[in-house]
Amino acid sequence: MSTISSSLFDVNHLDALSNQTTCIHRIDPRVKLLTTLVFIASILSLNKYQISALIPFAIYPIVLISLGNLPLKYLLRKVLLAAPFAFFIGIWNPFLDTNILFNIGPVFISGGWLSFASIMIRFTLTVFAVLALIGSTGFNAICMALEKLGVPRGFVVQLLFLYRYIFVLTEEASRMVRARSLRSFDGNGMGIRVFGSMIGNLLLRTLDRAQRIHTAMLSRGFDGEIRLAYPLKINVWDILFLLGWSALFILMRFYSLPHLMGDLFSGLVK
Amino acid sequence: MHMADALISPAVGGAMLAASAGLVVHGAKKLKEDMDDRVVPLMGVLGAFIFASQMINFTIPATGSSGHIGGGMILAVLLGSNAAFLVMASILTIQALFFADGGLLALGCNIINLGFFSCFVAYPLIYRKIAGKNPNRNRIFIGAIAASIAGLQMGAMGVVIETWLSGVSDIPFTGFLLLMQPIHLAIGIVEGIVTAAVVTFVWKARPEILEITGGPASNYPTSTRKILVGFAISAAVIGCTLSWFASTNPDGLEWSISNVSGKELKAPETGLHAFLAKLQQNSAAFPGYSFKEESAKPGGKATIAESGKDEAWGSVNAGTSLSGLIGGSATLLLACLIGWFLRKFQNRSRV
Repeated sequence: MSTISSSLFDVNHLDALSNQTTCIHRIDPRVKLLTTLVFIASILSLNKYQISALIPFAIYPIVLISLGNLPLKYLLRKVLLAAPFAFFIGIWNPFLDTNILFNIGPVFISGGWLSFASIMIRFTLTVFAVLALIGSTGFNAICMALEKLGVPRGFVVQLLFLYRYIFVLTEEASRMVRARSLRSFDGNGMGIRVFGSMIGNLLLRTLDRAQRIHTAMLSRGFDGEIRLAYPLKINVWDILFLLGWSALFILMRFYSLPHLMGDLFSGLVK
Repeated sequence: MHMADALISPAVGGAMLAASAGLVVHGAKKLKEDMDDRVVPLMGVLGAFIFASQMINFTIPATGSSGHIGGGMILAVLLGSNAAFLVMASILTIQALFFADGGLLALGCNIINLGFFSCFVAYPLIYRKIAGKNPNRNRIFIGAIAASIAGLQMGAMGVVIETWLSGVSDIPFTGFLLLMQPIHLAIGIVEGIVTAAVVTFVWKARPEILEITGGPASNYPTSTRKILVGFAISAAVIGCTLSWFASTNPDGLEWSISNVSGKELKAPETGLHAFLAKLQQNSAAFPGYSFKEESAKPGGKATIAESGKDEAWGSVNAGTSLSGLIGGSATLLLACLIGWFLRKFQNRSRV
């Protein structure tokens, strides 16, 4: 029960973060979406044994989170919550790929551990980037961006509708769950039979609601076409943001900054 | 079983994203053609219903664990293939954005695994065939279970194939398959029972809904075949193009190591490297150990070091690796410092 309200709160909170006016929030949503995609693609195109070249990419989520005034601790918790799948797929690598690639003193590092570390770093970077995107843009703006980028309107309307009613129906579901758990002792009534009719009832209420919404839409002049007004404008800063970051990602993809810096260090010592 | 960005390669992610984008366009177009404007709010609210019902857990008999529904099949029965596919895609998009379930590039994989197979394959080819035009309780029950199992098996297979093609995880293909399929057989049975329960409930309480939202039964097989062919072609074309691009570039690691080692070899006897190399020579359990020898062993698994690239691999020594490590930490530190500075700057400009 607590999970329902907390995950609802999560969605709310993440979207509320987008109601700020920092310089990151002011960047055009299309630009941020495309930049995030370039970011993810450049990270994923790196070889799976490469760790040091991944690290410089942290600069993008770090800049977005700091300039966008997003709460780091909260985002970190969300990243950890989502980690299990990547972790359980990745954790096999150390056992399957035991080729020793190099050693640091007496510690020998196998390819499996390298690629496992690489998977987890990739995971952290990509998830942070997506969370920073939504936290600095907001869902409605992302939907606008999607339509402007050519996603069919039917799908965009579906996204907006879905997002709007998630809150309503989840609250309804959480009331039902509360009612069930208050009446359930020793796990009685938690089985599939009660669940089936609960879901069924929720579904009937949902269908009724859809009916009412449709009537309300009709009475406001709905003719099958949804019109969306988007005040989006791309300015010079947006273009600079997109090109600058993309150039940096591609540069970092081909030139490993840590290796260059390592060389620099050894040069200084010399 | 949401695929994560971290486990896929750009070629696989891109191909799947393109294929699912094509399906979304197709679905939206079809939906507009046979527009029943009641469907618009219905789709939105039913998507939210799946979301909400995923938050209601139930105990699975005999196991003691609890589960929740996936919902693809319920949506397909209530809305028909195209609308259900769009709803599933929208649910997965929101999960990717807000819950970090899956990722932006992996979204295509997830839409194919969880949306395409149940809505465009299992529903028209299995559920509709079994349930028929005049469903009864048994037909609904058998159809829902068979279609749910088939949909989830195909989805799990999709996860395995995508993971294998991406090559980021080392899990062998057959091993992963043997792990995933039985798990999803169990999940499929539970999902099928729940789907059957919900559909039967609606069928008893509001039989007209299944007739209205299910749409005409006539043109499903042909459109499905068209979609399947289109999907296969687009995935093949895009996959081949992208992987060709990927393979004409040298792999990142080999490229950067040969790059770095080219420099390293010129001045190995000075600086930190020499010191560390000496340290390593003295402290290592196997002095002079390097990857090349290991990979050159007949029994050793030379997974990445192909012939002809041994030159570059041979020069992976503790020095270079450590310089990478030091450089990496320094870079991370630098990035965090920049972040800290920007945050300070941001706070000041706000006040």
